[in-house]
Amino acid sequence: MKTTLRGKLLPPALAILFSVLLCTIALLISGDNPLDAFGAMLGQLFRGTTAIDTLNSGAVYYLAGLAVAIGFQMNLFNIGVEGQYRFAAVIAAIVGGGTVLPPVLHTLLIIIVAVLAGALYALVPALLKVYRGVSEVISTIMLNAIAIGLIAYLVSTDAFGVQIGNNIATKPIPESGWMPGIPFGEGGTLFGFVFVAALVGIGYWVLLNRTRFGFELRASGESPTAATAGGVDARKMILTAMLLSGGVAGLTALPELLGRDHEYLQTSPAGYGFAGIAVALLGRNHPGGIALGAVLWAFLDKSAVSLDNVGVPQEITTIMQGAIVLSVVIAYEIVRRMELAAEQRRVGRQLGRDTSDVAAGGSV
Amino acid sequence: MRRSRVTTLAAVALTGALALAGCAKDTGGGSTPPAGGGNQAAGCKLSPVPQGGGATSGSGTAPGAKVDASALKVGLAFDIGGRGDASFNDSAAAGLDKAKTDFGLKEAKELTAAPNETEDAKQSRLRQLAQEGFSPIIAVGFAYAKSVEAVAKSFPNVKFAVVDDDTVKLPNVTGLVFAEEQGSFLVGVAAAHKSKGCHVGFVGGVNVPLIQKFEAGFKQGVKAAAPDAKIESEYITPAGDFTGFQDPAKGNVVAAGEISRGADVVYQAAGASGKGVFEAAKSKNALAIGVDSDQYNQKTVENSKDVIITSMLKRVDVAVYDFVRAVAGNTLDSLPKRFDLKVDGIGYATSGGKVDDIKATLDAYKQQIIDGKITVSDKPSN
Repeated sequence: MKTTLRGKLLPPALAILFSVLLCTIALLISGDNPLDAFGAMLGQLFRGTTAIDTLNSGAVYYLAGLAVAIGFQMNLFNIGVEGQYRFAAVIAAIVGGGTVLPPVLHTLLIIIVAVLAGALYALVPALLKVYRGVSEVISTIMLNAIAIGLIAYLVSTDAFGVQIGNNIATKPIPESGWMPGIPFGEGGTLFGFVFVAALVGIGYWVLLNRTRFGFELRASGESPTAATAGGVDARKMILTAMLLSGGVAGLTALPELLGRDHEYLQTSPAGYGFAGIAVALLGRNHPGGIALGAVLWAFLDKSAVSLDNVGVPQEITTIMQGAIVLSVVIAYEIVRRMELAAEQRRVGRQLGRDTSDVAAGGSV
Repeated sequence: MRRSRVTTLAAVALTGALALAGCAKDTGGGSTPPAGGGNQAAGCKLSPVPQGGGATSGSGTAPGAKVDASALKVGLAFDIGGRGDASFNDSAAAGLDKAKTDFGLKEAKELTAAPNETEDAKQSRLRQLAQEGFSPIIAVGFAYAKSVEAVAKSFPNVKFAVVDDDTVKLPNVTGLVFAEEQGSFLVGVAAAHKSKGCHVGFVGGVNVPLIQKFEAGFKQGVKAAAPDAKIESEYITPAGDFTGFQDPAKGNVVAAGEISRGADVVYQAAGASGKGVFEAAKSKNALAIGVDSDQYNQKTVENSKDVIITSMLKRVDVAVYDFVRAVAGNTLDSLPKRFDLKVDGIGYATSGGKVDDIKATLDAYKQQIIDGKITVSDKPSN
């Protein structure tokens, strides 16, 4: 189906507008001044490290979003990105903290280990799906729960954890395994991994749009039966898509692990994988869209602190995130119908003439 | 076309998954035999109460000269839950409120952490407070340790304190840590004395080193008072899953399980989940012991207050209050390295009068700990 520029840009704009409206109502009900709130949200970008923090967290959400999007392309709903990224983060932190290698090699090793660990954790639902027909939705949710237990064990002092005060962390990764960032002085430090995330995004686009594998993947997603008839091995596609998704998921925690934390703490935050689902939805599986979605999501996250600081309930950012996801889906459907109606009218007018303007890729 | 249906489905499923996660709680077990079954009223064979140590217990940090804190701007960075969590955030808030009235403290700002927030959010919160001129800044919870370390370096003139952590070694950072195991020891003694079936239980929120200190002290206290006592010990969630501190329904299930196995006095160190532990004790005719603040007088657990015989007091309020006073009076060196029984940073509650009959016993043990005749380990033995 044809998608015009308007069809691409209108829905997200509508969604953001709608969620701003919804939050304004919520703020008015709770007795806060919406202008103060939105002023604080915008103003934070010019203060402290918020702008850089937003990009840093954006990279995290971007990787999680890409991981989910790879599954979506194939009609696979990989809810397990959450478990995959956390499992990979712990394994990578343990391996990174336990090895001695020269600088660049050390970092590379950690990255490779993270990708493999993420893929390995995604292999389980992939095999279950291919050979037993188990829905990946169910199996990945279950594996998320199992990951919590696995991580609790791996980070405990019985396994690889080291107690520091009341907290437990994996052994810190020595400096040779870090990834240097770009310091902005007072403004914070931009993680070097932000650029890796951008490269992964480009790789995702090339893979989907410029390779045979990407074509087969999208074809299988559009119509499994047609793809099979065309000689595509559905099982192989599921397996590869799931492993790729898990591998990218494995990278999710690395911006923070290599750029700032250098260890996995028992108190390290969870939930990036779930945010990744929302981000992939926001971005309509398009690498550019996911990037915008990820940065928007990160920006809303950061707003919580600034809102709290001006006395506005920080939960408003959660309302906004939720409202955006829901309204983006609705807005796309509305705009899609509008476009369809417009196209029908145009086709009606131009009947007989050539209308070979089928979308040149990127339509989602 | 097809794709858009998938995304719609995905959105619905995402919402559904969240909703499911919200209500995926086990229903509490129903019909179990009453607690304390066979050997009713038998009680424990109790150890003799330790004697001696005539001196009265230490009376906290010396009252000292009156300080004037009206020039201070105190920033308080709470952990998840913030003011009103009926747990250690509230306790810190109480200390701040007392400092306000006692020292003429005028300006204070309270900020609260969001669940699952990242390290940079914590740093931003602290940095905003520091930039707005707040000093001292008190971070509540050990999760702040790394953020305080990072921010304190860039603000050498601002005083920081971290509750529950003393790993940050910087001249402008003070650690406010507690001897939770000592207070837990005392309530363990109380549990052993109050148990009819000589069988007690411990419910921890999340299996982390901090809560293990409560478990360790409790077990040692029970064994010191009654070497034959049986002890149930369980955590609501494993480390890394911090919902164990916020889930009364799960607290109820875990406590009910322990009670049905025979425990008739249950000690909870489970934050907001403790409410469920009290409810389980009430519905199964068992007794319970609260934690952190004097829970007998707490609004949130009012309905089951009659089962709460005592509470292990972890005086975060005292630590915060003392810290503000020390900053105002420039006497930071006088703060104790650990808030323990000796300085009344740790204690047990007597509200409700349910441990009045054994108060002498508890105080005797307390004196032994203060005098160093009993040392309580902060690690569970098994």
